[in-house]
Order: sequence, then C-alpha cells, then structure tokens
Amino acid sequence: MAFAAIFVPNFRLQAVVRCEPELAIRPIALIDGPPPTYQVVAVNRLAARLGVAEGMTKAAATQFPGVEIRPRGKLQETTAHAVLLDVAWSFSPRMEDTAPDTVLIDVDGLASLFGAHENIAASIVSKCAEMGLTAQVALAENVETASVVARALPGATVIPEGREAKFLESLPVHMLSLSKELCEVFERWGVKTCKALASLPVISLCECVGQEGVRVHTIASGNGIRSLVIAEPAHCFEEFFELEDAVEDLEPLSFLLGRLLDQLCARLAARSLAVRAIHLHFTLQPSFESAFDSCSEAIRKKELFSDYVCAFELPVPCRDAKLLLKLVRLRLQSTPPHAPVQKIHMLAEPSFPRVTQGGLFVPEVPDPEKLELTIARIAHVVGEGNVGSPQLMDSHRPNSFRMHRFSVASASAQQVDRNGKMETKIGFRAYRPPVLTKVNLRGGRPINVAFLGRSGEVVHASGPWRTSGDWWEEDPWQQDAWDVEVNFPYETPPSQGFYRICFDSRQKKWFVLGAYD
Amino acid sequence: MDESTGGLPRGSLTEIYGPVSSGKTSILLSTLAGRTRNAEACALVDAQDAFDPNVAQTAGVHLEQVLWVRCRSLDQALRSTDLLLHGGGFGLIALDLADAPARVVRQIPSNVWFRLRRAVESTPTILLVLSQESNAKTCASLVLRLQKETAAWSLHSRNNNAGRIFHTPSCLLEGWTSEAEIVRTRIQRATAHYIDIDRSPVSRRDARKIVRFAVCADPRHENEPTLPVPSLARKKERKQNPG
Repeated sequence: MAFAAIFVPNFRLQAVVRCEPELAIRPIALIDGPPPTYQVVAVNRLAARLGVAEGMTKAAATQFPGVEIRPRGKLQETTAHAVLLDVAWSFSPRMEDTAPDTVLIDVDGLASLFGAHENIAASIVSKCAEMGLTAQVALAENVETASVVARALPGATVIPEGREAKFLESLPVHMLSLSKELCEVFERWGVKTCKALASLPVISLCECVGQEGVRVHTIASGNGIRSLVIAEPAHCFEEFFELEDAVEDLEPLSFLLGRLLDQLCARLAARSLAVRAIHLHFTLQPSFESAFDSCSEAIRKKELFSDYVCAFELPVPCRDAKLLLKLVRLRLQSTPPHAPVQKIHMLAEPSFPRVTQGGLFVPEVPDPEKLELTIARIAHVVGEGNVGSPQLMDSHRPNSFRMHRFSVASASAQQVDRNGKMETKIGFRAYRPPVLTKVNLRGGRPINVAFLGRSGEVVHASGPWRTSGDWWEEDPWQQDAWDVEVNFPYETPPSQGFYRICFDSRQKKWFVLGAYD
Repeated sequence: MDESTGGLPRGSLTEIYGPVSSGKTSILLSTLAGRTRNAEACALVDAQDAFDPNVAQTAGVHLEQVLWVRCRSLDQALRSTDLLLHGGGFGLIALDLADAPARVVRQIPSNVWFRLRRAVESTPTILLVLSQESNAKTCASLVLRLQKETAAWSLHSRNNNAGRIFHTPSCLLEGWTSEAEIVRTRIQRATAHYIDIDRSPVSRRDARKIVRFAVCADPRHENEPTLPVPSLARKKERKQNPG
C-alpha cells in the first residue's frame, strides 16, 4: 500500500491569492478576529520580509508601508478546500479529507496510469498548480509518515519503503501535530527531533504521558498503521468572490466571471464532468442615489434591490469556459443588475459530458454549444420569449401555442421519413394582434370589408364558424369566423386576397385574423 | 416545381415573391415540412410574427425541429438571419418579409443581400426569402414570382339549393391555383446547351418558364377530385382525346 499526502502551505493566504492572482506579487497580510481586535493570521513571504508577522494587531501591521491588509476570506477557503478535494478525486476515489489544507490519497494501483511514484507525485503537484494552489506532496508506505513529510518538505517527495525513519529523523517534533501539553513536556525533556523521540523507550513514555505518547512515538519511528477514512465525492461546484469595491460595469464584471468560470471548468475537468446548469447570485451594493433615480417606487415601498439571481440551463452539458462566459455576458447585457455588484456566488450543476457519435447518412444539425450561443444572441436582439420552438396547446382558442426551448437533441431524434407524400396545403399568415375592421352585412353575410385603409368587396364568403371556450375562466372567448375572398377594385393595380375575418361576440367588433397565402 | 426548378438550391439564396394569397406561405410550409421530415433543423425568421403553428402542423411541419424567431422589425429579422447563417448547421433558413411594407423592404441596402449570399455560400443551407417584391436581385440564385390564378370554392350546397344563396357554411374555400414564374435561375444557366442570341423582350417573355401548382385546403379532401390546374387539365384532355 502507498499513500500520498497533499498539503497546501499557508492555506488561508493561498485561498485568497487563488481568486486574485495579482496579489501573489504584492506583500499581503490577512487579518481575522472579533472587531476591533483584529489580528494578522497569515502573511506571504514579501510581507514577512518587510517585518509583518502572524499574531500582530491590525494597527501594528498597518504601520508597515506597502503591506496590503485584507480580511480573511472564509468563502475563498471553502472553495480552495473543495478544489483540493477535486484534485484528490481526479487521481483516486479512495481519499481522506483530513483537514482544510491536507488530503490523503491511496495511490495503490495508479502506476498503470501515471507510472512510477515519482511521476504520481509530480502529477499531483502540477495538477494543484493548474488549479491555482502550490502544494507539497509526499508519498510513503503509511499515512502518518506521508502526512508529516508533506507538511515538512517542499515540492514532491517520495519515501522508499523501509526508509521512513530516515526521512523523519531530522524533523522537529512539533511537526507531529502534538498537543500543547505534550509539546511542553518534550521541550522540558530536551526532545527536539523525531529521531530523539523515536529513541525513547515506549513503555516508559506511555507511563509518563499516556497513549498519546505511544501514538507520536509510532509516528516518529515511521511505523504508522492508520488506515484512510474514505470521503464521499462532492456533487456541488461553487465559486465565491467578494469585492472590496463594488463593480458597476459589465466589462470588469465579465473579467471576474471569466476567472470564476475558468476555475469551475478546471475543477469539473478534473472530475471528468461538465456543466449542466449555472446559477449566478450577485449580492448588490445598496446604492441609495442610483436606486432612487431608477425606482423611486421601490424606495417608497422599502423594496431595495439587494440580490440578483439568474440561472442558465444548457441543453447539452458543456465545459467550455469561453462559451459559458459569452452566454453569461449576453444574459447580463439583456437583464443587467440594478446596482453595483459586491459579491459573486457561482454554482455549477455537474453532469456527465455529452457522448455522441455522428452518422454518415444523418443530416447535419447545428452544433449544440454553438446553437446555444446563437440562440442567446438572437434572444438578445428579439427578446427572451421570442425565440424558440412553437408548441401547440390543447385548446381551440386561436393562437394557442407557447414557445419552448429549441434543442438539437429533439431535432436529431426525429426519424428520417422519405416516403411521405408531399402536398402543398394552404398557408395562413396570422395578424398579431388581429386587425380591427369594418364589415357591412347583407342578410347576415359580409359584403364589404375595410381594414388598414383598404376597402374591398366580398366575392365569396364561407361561414360563420362559431367557436367559443374557456367560459369558466376569467377571459372566455367566442367568435364567428368567416373565410372571405375580397376584391380591392379601387387599388392600382386591382388586387384580391383570401382573408379570415371574425366577429368577436364579447367585444362586439369585427377583426381580420389573417390572410390565406 | 421541384422538377422545373431543380429544387431549392443549397448554399444559395432563393427569393419567392408575390402579392397576398399568391401561395408564398404555402410553399414555405411545404418546404419546411419536407426539410423537417428529412430530420433537418430549420429556422424561420418571421419579420412580422405571422407564422401560424397550427396551420404549419396541419401542413406536415415537425414543429419541434423549427426554430422560430419572432421579430418586430426588419432590422431584427436581418440581424437574426445573419446570426443563424453564421451559426451554421440548419438545413433551411427562411426569412419571411412578406408582410413587411414593400417600401421598407425596398430600402434594405444591397450590401445586406450580398452579405447574406456570402454567408450562405459553401454551406449546405437553403436560404429562402419571402417578400412582396423582388429585392435580392443578382444575389438570388433562384427567383420565383407567384401569382394567384383561380380560386376553388365548394359550392355543392348552393348548386343543390339555388334559392338559398346565403347558406354560406357549405361554401368552403378548397384552395386555388397559382402561377410561378421562374424569373432567374443560375442552375439552369450552368446546364444550358444553347446560346440565346435573340435578346428581344418578346422572345424573352416567350422563353420564360411558368409552373402552375395547386394549393389545397385540407388533407381530408385528398380523395376528392383534384383542383382544376390548367396545365394538368389540358394534359388529361389530350390523353382522353388524342385526335
């Protein structure tokens, strides 16, 4: 059995830098604690070189010029931990979620995929780097040794079987995650390294400090026997971003969204998954002046916009961050948030990627990802509800249909039918809304029709076709429809056409419903 | 019409124009039915929101394979068509400008038509434009002008009861015949085996190709006698009376 430990040093800081990579080249200190007694909880190397240290108060840290003081990002830490788990799952399903900054993997059997242990360790380090985390990795025959060495040594370390004690001997005892009391005891005894601890007699150690002493002695000797506590894989992919200054324009906002989408897609790719739906949640800055200008009524009712929520459901699972960003941008352009954005929360619903095989004799259909983008662009031009596929409703009411999402899946599922008989049926062009018209009747039959500034005489008429329905609803309908052939002799040149007119019995008015064409 | 024109050409622009009730929409529905029956994805850019899904389904169109873009202006329609052409993958893209005012459609700059023609070139897409007047000019590979000829009303009841002339429910619109003139076709030119030397207007008018087709009302009347299409009727006559 072989185990790999992945440890992310300075986890709190790396979690923040992962979301804002530009901070990596600036001296930065993270503060946390109850206000007003903020304390520095993490510093990067540049800030430490300037003299900032963990445990300092915020007031003391601000005395150092050039050091950027940031609040600790708990949401970013949650995301970074999820990223670490995704990296581990991308290598092996047998994984233990040890700590926010540490995970353990069972790498037994990975040799056929990644090669030797050195290659596995190097692959894990590079995968973490792809995800924006700098990790320390150690491979050993037991869990404890791998965990301790990963915390102590940078980069990728492979401990050969039987040489665990050799690797551990020079490490200080506090690397063994000791309790405070045990640390003091060992300090009093002058035990500073693992080698010194391993040389102590176990029975005497047990008599002095109890079972905890035996545990650390076993670890220091490199003879750990603990097994992994297997963790369940997560089914939720989230990314958070909290802005110091709220963003109002779409350009900088889409830059941030693009970064989050890149991270999400990388995480999904690590798990061989794709995005099925994306949920966006913006926490908006309560800006009184702008809100007052745009919606004084809302101010009066004390209904200020504080959140912006939108969701995208993709027809086919997709993992293309650029395509997703274009879709998000188009949606935000058509329905922008009503106030500057303070906080971004992006949630991706995962799904298995699309697996298709085209046929040689199957007609070409639009590429689903490209089609989704095209439809989103058209929706931006004509409006959200004006593009799609018509679906008839179970009603005799005129124009009873609804628009639903057009998808290639449904189109390509259609069987090719080349044996059908082709006939040219009468087409009908609907007037939406129906055109109000003036009709003269003789004997209950229309003889003259006037609409849209045109006046014509009815040559043939067929009707009335009475239809009604929904009398039990709030908006019932009842109409007498006529098919008429109308001559317009006073036009140049004289024209004629077939129209469907109707008398609306509720409104007591005549309308032209459309023309046969 | 398919026999006469060779069908609607793929990778080029086809324009069908004519007045109201000339049969443009009937041809559009027939084309949509044919393409969707062939499991192709189709798009209909409806400049005036005039498409009737009920009638389309009756005509045999598989609605779930039709992307319907309901526009409110000409600009929206042209932009949507451009986006669809660049998106690719559709078997048919129909741009319906038939209800848009002719004077407005006339004002579309010619570069728009060139752009559409360029976008559809080297794709397997049929770009079909319906309008009241010919606008695409040289950008169209096939131009058809439609004109309504004779209408067919079923007047059985009236004939049987001559006195009841206002008993109109039995008088049904069964359809009409239309005349389609092939104004321009590049496909025929490419396969022509002769050189047309005489370019006088008279000879050109004589040489024009006209197709007549029937538009029928309801599939329920399929078993009834066909509509009196002049050309077909004449052929029948000749067969019956060869002398």
